[in-house]
Amino acid sequence: MTVGVLALQGDFREHAQVLRTLGADVVLVRRPEELARVDGLVIPGGESSVMDKLARAFGLADPLRAAVRAGLPVYGTCAGLIMLADTVVDGIRGQESIGGLDISVRRNAFGSQTQSFETDLDVPVLGEAPVHAVFIRAPVVDTVGPQATALARLADGRCVAVEQGRLLGTSFHPEITGEHRFHEYFLSTVAAARFLG
Amino acid sequence: MTETTSIEQFGSSRVKRGLADMMKGGVIMDVVTAAQARIAEDAGAVAVMALERVPADIRSQGGVARMSDPDLIDSIIAEVSIPVMAKARIGHFVEAQVLQALGVDYIDESEVLSPADYVNHIDKWKFDVPFVCGATNLGEALRRINEGAAMIRSKGEAGTGDVSEAMKHIRTIKGEIGRLSSLSKDELYVAAKDLQAPYELVVEIAATGKLPVVLFVAGGVATPADAALMMQLGADGVFVGSGIFKSGNPQARANAIVKAVTFYDDPSVIASVSRGLGEAMVGINVSDLPAPHRLSERGW
Repeated sequence: MTVGVLALQGDFREHAQVLRTLGADVVLVRRPEELARVDGLVIPGGESSVMDKLARAFGLADPLRAAVRAGLPVYGTCAGLIMLADTVVDGIRGQESIGGLDISVRRNAFGSQTQSFETDLDVPVLGEAPVHAVFIRAPVVDTVGPQATALARLADGRCVAVEQGRLLGTSFHPEITGEHRFHEYFLSTVAAARFLG
Repeated sequence: MTETTSIEQFGSSRVKRGLADMMKGGVIMDVVTAAQARIAEDAGAVAVMALERVPADIRSQGGVARMSDPDLIDSIIAEVSIPVMAKARIGHFVEAQVLQALGVDYIDESEVLSPADYVNHIDKWKFDVPFVCGATNLGEALRRINEGAAMIRSKGEAGTGDVSEAMKHIRTIKGEIGRLSSLSKDELYVAAKDLQAPYELVVEIAATGKLPVVLFVAGGVATPADAALMMQLGADGVFVGSGIFKSGNPQARANAIVKAVTFYDDPSVIASVSRGLGEAMVGINVSDLPAPHRLSERGW
């Protein structure tokens, strides 16, 4: 199973490390020909406006949209969640997303870095043990459309993890806490998609 | 679905170091006005450093260089949505308190400003906002991490456009990390003494082969090729200070450096983005600087 990690900017090495630990072959994706080789893709944390700009400048944005439409499993964390959202609130001037998730995501929803935090979250789909989640200048899902399903919410009810078919997105960063269950969950989607085509 | 009621923890090491992780593979640009911050964000900067004068001007104008005017920092925070950093003088913990109160996302305890304390650095554990600090070698980096720095940048020689000091510092830090990895456990006690660094951090680095925080390069990066050079030497990202807004075409140069950092290992991309950028900053050769004017020798 070959899983790509979008490597334009951000903490792509942390995702690659988790995926390798779980037995996947990892390809760092910066070009369309690299994207064409993968069975699934992770879009890491980072600065979504920078990823968007580089994806467009190097001809990767349209192939990414086509791959999502064709059913490629994709998991996005933080900036990656923003990239997968159909609607981005508070983006920079001219910011575009790849889309695919029927959600509206608000960038920097908590404010400046001093409002970044870690906390435990219940994520029923991953089992009983809570997920220790790190939110770094994180986005939240303002609106979950009818196609998408919320997987986790903060105590105040704001949605921070969503799923829709083969797409998965989290506001937080399992890749930097040693939490592997989201990646395992995603790899099972990739395996099923490979089987079904 | 059940909802959680657990406690939120702010200002932890993981949260502080995590923001630097998210900036990896990116370019942090010095800006002195909101208009420059806008150009930097549009060009794909992962963060901006808000300051009153770029290092090249601090160098040429002289005088005591201090924290920027809060109004300037406010105007830059209001202009962009990417993280905003700002500089405090070495040891000036009240400037740091002010910057935290202003809501900056990272504080640079920087040798580019005039040091406020020639003995102590800021106790960075006391803050919720994370700090980046400069270092010329591994021992200095570890002393800063021990004081709570959540990100390290090699110092280089700011405001020169001469990449040779940046080269020296990143090679020194990487070389010293490599050397630690080759030592046996009983040799690490003396290594810690020689580095003047905490033993526990030395042991950790010997085991992992890398710093426990993100390492950017700063000080003298002026071209896309300079930036790619630092990335090939193992930097996680680059700071560009005077190199962008002291050049002939800041917008084009900022764009080009961002692309060169992502495709640092692809000379054909670096060649293509290096075309038609206009004049690079004029610069000063570090070897022509008299020793008292070398900023990298501030801090210890």
